[in-house]
Amino acid sequence: MTAPPLLDAHLVADRDAFQLDVRLRIAAGEVVALLGPNGAGKTTALRALAGLHPLAAGHLTLDGVDLDRPDRRRWVPPERRPVGVVFQDYLLFPHLRALDNVAFGPRRQGADRSAARERARGWLDRVGLAEQARRRPRQLSGGQAQRVALARALAVDPTLLLLDEPLAALDAGTRLDTRAELQRHLGGHSGATLLVTHDPLDAFVLADRLLIVEHGRVVQEGDAASVTARPRTDYVARLVGLNLHRGRADGHTVRVGELTLTAADRVVGDAFVAFPPAAVALHPARPDGSPRNVWPATVTGVQRHGDNLRVQLDGPITVAADVTPAAAAHLRLAPGQRVWAAVKAAETHAYPA
Amino acid sequence: MTVRWIRAALAGVAALTLGLAGCGGDDAPAGTAGGGRVTVFAAASLTETFTRLGRDFEAAHPGTRVTFNFAGSSALATQISQGAPADVFAAASPATMKTVTGAGEAAASPVTLARNQLVIAVPRGNPRQIAGLPDLTRPGAKVALCAEQVPCGAAARTALDAAGVRLTPATLEQDVKGALAKVKLGEVDAALVYRTDARAAASDVDAIEFAESDRAINDYPIVVLKRAGDPATARAFVDHVRSDAGRAVLTAAGFQPPQA
Amino acid sequence: MRTRDTAARAARPARRRPRVPLALLLPAGLGLLFLVLPLVGLLARAPWTTLPQRLAQPGVLTALWLSLQTATLATLLCVLLGVPLAWLLARVEFPGRRLVRALVTVPLVLPPVVGGVALLLVFGRRGLLGSWLDATFGVTLPFTTAGVVLAEAFVAMPFLVIAVEGALRGADPRYEEAAATLGAGRWTTFTHVTLPLVAPGVAAGAVLCWARALGEFGATITFAGNYPGRTQTMPLAVYLALETDLPAAIVLSLILLTVSVAILAGLRDRWVGAP
Repeated sequence: MTAPPLLDAHLVADRDAFQLDVRLRIAAGEVVALLGPNGAGKTTALRALAGLHPLAAGHLTLDGVDLDRPDRRRWVPPERRPVGVVFQDYLLFPHLRALDNVAFGPRRQGADRSAARERARGWLDRVGLAEQARRRPRQLSGGQAQRVALARALAVDPTLLLLDEPLAALDAGTRLDTRAELQRHLGGHSGATLLVTHDPLDAFVLADRLLIVEHGRVVQEGDAASVTARPRTDYVARLVGLNLHRGRADGHTVRVGELTLTAADRVVGDAFVAFPPAAVALHPARPDGSPRNVWPATVTGVQRHGDNLRVQLDGPITVAADVTPAAAAHLRLAPGQRVWAAVKAAETHAYPA
Repeated sequence: MTVRWIRAALAGVAALTLGLAGCGGDDAPAGTAGGGRVTVFAAASLTETFTRLGRDFEAAHPGTRVTFNFAGSSALATQISQGAPADVFAAASPATMKTVTGAGEAAASPVTLARNQLVIAVPRGNPRQIAGLPDLTRPGAKVALCAEQVPCGAAARTALDAAGVRLTPATLEQDVKGALAKVKLGEVDAALVYRTDARAAASDVDAIEFAESDRAINDYPIVVLKRAGDPATARAFVDHVRSDAGRAVLTAAGFQPPQA
Repeated sequence: MRTRDTAARAARPARRRPRVPLALLLPAGLGLLFLVLPLVGLLARAPWTTLPQRLAQPGVLTALWLSLQTATLATLLCVLLGVPLAWLLARVEFPGRRLVRALVTVPLVLPPVVGGVALLLVFGRRGLLGSWLDATFGVTLPFTTAGVVLAEAFVAMPFLVIAVEGALRGADPRYEEAAATLGAGRWTTFTHVTLPLVAPGVAAGAVLCWARALGEFGATITFAGNYPGRTQTMPLAVYLALETDLPAAIVLSLILLTVSVAILAGLRDRWVGAP
């Protein structure tokens, strides 16, 4: 990021349980996802950006203008911010037709009725809903309502577009199409876009950059590839499906508790080790040969996971292992069973903590 | 389960209804109760005097008990003709009495217990210097009359006609107390009310006597009703009202004795 | 989710109607009976043979017309003042809000006649505001049609405020936030979003308010007096007819009842959009 970011914010806001404290910079045309578990403060951050929740401290600067800066007593109300919001359950005005929902923003910006409707028609056309312009929200399907909400938010030509769990209310089939559609429209938006979601897939597909938030803090930041390759918290590791442990590295070995793991990378000092469950092999007895990372473990649970079985293991470290049904049958896997776990050093990644 | 609930609910409703009915029966002795009890339905303008007369009567006849139901004469007449348990009815006008006797509810012919005369009630001090009915037609003067459907309104109409006075009142009140209240609150400059009512409100209003009032004198009839539970005691109460002692109480309140 | 809703709705007619438990049906029936029997009493005693002559009497239509006019004006006044009051109570936190909410219901608790006296003490010729109105503008309210409207509005306003406040509390305030993010200020949000959202509640409140104003007696006769053509509404006419002529009172009551039920039923289909 060489150019100054379009959005530059340090959001500090009080919530019941904790304080939100997030630094956020988004460049023009960039899509950033705020990813985190429920109650992490994502929605509070979005509301603070929209002007629906005042900042306790920090600042919020959009396109060089301070929208919220408590220490300078500066606060711009939501209706005067160049911000568009797609709300979680869309909040389309039930008494207005789709066309007038979209025309609502342009009307408030001073366009006369016919000009506002003309603009709204253009946006509905762009999201493929020209036919549904005269329908009321309750006559629209979930996917259509989502697109109307997007058109309504974009029709005010916002510098900052905010999306709060835009796909959460949709069923799986609709979600797939709508996500692809949404990706196309976000790509066409020249302003900054912030997407709030708890669904990693939405974040990976739609965003250029991810901010992982837990308990009101950013715990990890980066593009999808770096986040998936090097998770830094249990939450992220679970999201991307990796076993994650923290320990002390000295060259190619990392000591985690009483166990020493050998990794492909070279690190010194505090480090994470990560490996996929599919890399964990289970043996009835201590294996000989190549794998250097071997430890005894006890099966604590077995669940279906796609075509395979996911086995939860307890031992010097807690890990998940994916095995084929055939292998499981061969090993007679059941809770309480004692096995040997092995991971090849080549599939074990280590990186500084 | 359901059936038990319904039974319980029904029992509850029944108990409640009976209980309420029982309460009513206890407090307002029915005409049919007998045994020295008298229930008197009397016009609202008799409230003070009859309460006093009832106490006197109980003192003079140990073992008797007199209870009252005071309201507008017409409302009382309707209640009686709908079967309300009354022993004695005292009305503020012969016309109302006629609806009760006409329905065959009276045990005898009504007799007049007293007469009442209209006065002009004005705010205390008489700020508008009203001396008679013609003064009520002065421009800007606001006057309250009773509606013609009630006795004081009929009497007022007769008096105004007798005086040849035409006036447009500000309001036609539902009863004499309503007309008087408008004077007390200063909303009207004058009202035609009974002398007894004006006297009872003497701290707030002055009563102006006027010449034509003797043309609109209202008789108060009283009668023992057919369904009286203890007709002898009921008759005794009527006699007490009409005795010299009773008449003294009525006169003190501003009533006039009936014409011989 | 929405598509599933539609599917469920389509499937509903095929399903059997749910069984109504007797424990609810029985008291419901009794309740209805309790409300309707007095009406049956009126109908049974109505002087049907003389009905046409009685209807043709000039005073009847005057009182009816005055009642409809004043009740409608009172409702308008209540909507104008009551909806903003309800909004304040529902949407704005301020100290003493509970007290204000309790004060709004005062006219419900106050016997209407006392309400009328209270109005006289304020708007009467010697009242707190009335004396000033009289001295400054030469306006006196008692014994005028405007006084009737005022008395009816006083008694009927709580019905509107309570209904609208309930509707506002039930309405999702996030719609108002959505409107704000689209550039709508508070007033525009109120008129373009909040009000349409609670329109059914406002309509229901206005109907209650109108019905209460139409039946108003005590405060009206006390504050505005009784004069045919000016302040004598139907309830006052009924009361005075009751003094001398029970059948006439019944006829007047039935007229009032028929006209109001007809108007309310008509409005319901047209405006309130009942299912």
